[in-house]
Amino acid sequence: MKKVVKYVAFDILRNKIVIAYMVFLFLFSMGLFIIEEVPEKSLLSLLTLNLILIPLISIMFSTIYIYNSSEFIELLAAQPIQRKSLWLSFFIGLASALSLAFFIGCGIPVLLFSANSVGIIMIITGWILSVIFVSVSMFISVYIKDKTKGIGVSLLTWLYFTLLFDGVVLFVLFQLLEYPLEKLIIGLSVMNPIDLVRIISLLNMDVSALMGATSAIFKQSFAGNMGSLFSFGVLILWMILPLYLSVRKFDKKDL
Amino acid sequence: MIQFSAINKQFDKFKVLNNIELTLQEGNIIALIGPNACGKTTLIKALLGMVIPDTGEIFFDGKSIKKDWKYRNNIGYMPQIGKYPENMTVGQVIGMVEDLRDAQLNKLDRELYDSYKLKDILHKRMGTLSGGTRQKVSAYLAFLFHPHVFILDEPTAGLDPLSAIILKEKILKEKEKGKIILITSHILSELDEIVNQIVYMEEGKIVFNKPIDQVKSDTGKTKLTEAIAQIMNIDKRV
Repeated sequence: MKKVVKYVAFDILRNKIVIAYMVFLFLFSMGLFIIEEVPEKSLLSLLTLNLILIPLISIMFSTIYIYNSSEFIELLAAQPIQRKSLWLSFFIGLASALSLAFFIGCGIPVLLFSANSVGIIMIITGWILSVIFVSVSMFISVYIKDKTKGIGVSLLTWLYFTLLFDGVVLFVLFQLLEYPLEKLIIGLSVMNPIDLVRIISLLNMDVSALMGATSAIFKQSFAGNMGSLFSFGVLILWMILPLYLSVRKFDKKDL
Repeated sequence: MIQFSAINKQFDKFKVLNNIELTLQEGNIIALIGPNACGKTTLIKALLGMVIPDTGEIFFDGKSIKKDWKYRNNIGYMPQIGKYPENMTVGQVIGMVEDLRDAQLNKLDRELYDSYKLKDILHKRMGTLSGGTRQKVSAYLAFLFHPHVFILDEPTAGLDPLSAIILKEKILKEKEKGKIILITSHILSELDEIVNQIVYMEEGKIVFNKPIDQVKSDTGKTKLTEAIAQIMNIDKRV
């Protein structure tokens, strides 16, 4: 299994898109920190970028990579390798390569300019987001056989999590203004890892003005660190669950 | 010994394998033939664990291959169309497979490496290779680890005559060592020279499984091509 991980990870790290992603993140983060004198403000801008870019790159790159590797997967499946370890190796390879790209591109500038608890949380949540969206893409690409359809679904998934979801939440909120909605909103935000990361980051940055509806309610409902702990727990579920389901499916899939 | 026991497989509503019962013994070269889309490749893929049968079991040396993967150490597979990562070089692909198989380098079968002059193309990317050259790489990889069973899906398609002869000689050599060699091919004249058992499939079923001499005497023909053509024709009339 280690060997397959090695081949996949090296293959990805040589990929031009991953290198471009890393360089772009690095230049952008460095630029933000150098131009803006207050690191907190730069962190905030960086957060906005990360919440859009990390999920996009992670889900799209992984989905396309898996579809393009169908030949590679077939070649390996005829070798004495367990199906489960084959699929997990692809996951680990993708997740570690994309995490490394994120860490070099965004983690290093953050550590250089703002190595405090907010910065650390930003790096951790960025890493978690990378892994979650690789995991989601594994789920999509194992269930959908057609490449074009799979890529389309990945793009829609990303769009849903970054844009549409907020709209849905606001819509629900305005429709049901008269009712006590805290539980419902918390329940809804659990459905969106990007929202959870935003909540964790903003709770730690203490910039209420920028919070969405969900984070404001989170702040009200959870005293102290409970909100963050709860969110981290859910995020870990988001990393494991799609992957677990995809492994189960791949184990029985016809290649 | 390989044993297929009551194998059924359905893709959507299309029954690809229909209650397959088949036993393959050591020391034989078995030709798996039949019209297009009769389930040959699916049967091979089931044996490799790439397609999972709906019902039924496959036994490899008496052990069920369900949930097993180590048995694939004993299989050399040459696919119909060798699919390899396009941007890896030939040398990298060979190195990778050797690495994955934990090969002890001194115990590898490198005969085809020399006869196919693979040394000259080691630096070429897989994506740039012609179909025939890919086949050579596939053949080399199939024979590399001294497997106990060979599965060769259209092995000579795309090979030039000389390379095809080299491959046939290699196959006969392995047969002498008491291995099981399963070949599918449409080039019957080629099979005629090396095969000693014929498994004929049609629409997911095995129509017959006989020694080649019996196939010829049953149809009264001296050549396999004619014998099989006659069988296919009879089927059409019915």
